[in-house]
Amino acid sequence: MTPHGRYVLRLADTNLVLAQRLGEWAGHAPALEEDLGLANVSLDLLGQARLLLAHAGQLEGSGRGEDELAFLREESDFYNLTLVEQPNGDFGDTVVRQFLFDAWQLGAYEALRDSRDATLAAIAAKGRGEATYHLRYSGGWLVRLGDGTAESHARVAQSVARLWPYTGELFADDDVDRAAAEAGIGVLPSTLEPAFSARVDETLARATLARPAQTPFNWYGKQGRHSEHLGYLLAEMQSLHRAHPGAAW
Amino acid sequence: MSDPAKQDWPLYEIFIRPRSGLDHKHVGSLHATDARMALEHARDLYTRRQEGVSIWAVRSADIVASDPADADAFFEPAKDKIYRHPTFYDIPDEVKTL
Repeated sequence: MTPHGRYVLRLADTNLVLAQRLGEWAGHAPALEEDLGLANVSLDLLGQARLLLAHAGQLEGSGRGEDELAFLREESDFYNLTLVEQPNGDFGDTVVRQFLFDAWQLGAYEALRDSRDATLAAIAAKGRGEATYHLRYSGGWLVRLGDGTAESHARVAQSVARLWPYTGELFADDDVDRAAAEAGIGVLPSTLEPAFSARVDETLARATLARPAQTPFNWYGKQGRHSEHLGYLLAEMQSLHRAHPGAAW
Repeated sequence: MSDPAKQDWPLYEIFIRPRSGLDHKHVGSLHATDARMALEHARDLYTRRQEGVSIWAVRSADIVASDPADADAFFEPAKDKIYRHPTFYDIPDEVKTL
């Protein structure tokens, strides 16, 4: 696969895996209203993932469509960011994971609107509006929990500490990123860091939460090397299609 | 829904304006901890299928409502005053527009 195709597949897988994670909340959120709120975010991400997967399949030229890519690849052939495969944990963990992701994705989509890949630029333009709302939703909850009760503050502070190490990967450039950026197709991850920091610092301050120090990271989900959690997620997500190939509604 | 949400989250009434120029209409209610969350929940619950272009959220506790027990005193007196309806009057033929 070309760097172009791989770059698009990374975006697609990141959305797909997070959509699946958020879907796990259906029926389990702290309130019926949050059930629907999280499902809406999940479906937005899934919609973007479908467009990106179909595009990646076309770039690949092998005839694989969105279903083949979503349901018939093994764990090591998934290239999502490690952050999004982390388990839902408690509601605060999910909020923090979502907030960090949204702040990153909004910046990425803003930059990708200028991509020379017209399809990718169009997906980014559509996704930017959705990401703006997602960030409002997750940021609102982060402030509510951080600036809430003593218990909610302490628990969400732990969530931030637990998930922050995974942000390192969001801004780490590798050969695929560099090739896609040089071709005018992708955005170099490291260039997204200032806008991310500005957004995150502003909301963390309102949430009365401290920003953890950056630590070295050992996860490269976008290169197919995942944490122990992705395999279980894929097993559940793919089981129906593998048991009933081509099943449709 | 867990008990804490029911006990602690106040109820909001939601009004949606379907299009510019139309009135906001009551569509339902939801629980939220604050006004911002009420708007976001309303957006997620009641505008999923392009139902509206504007949302109002009002704390249910802030709405003053008439008591059904007072219905007779409130609404009965209007029943026999049919002359308050425009259809009660015959319009002279000379009147073109009314």
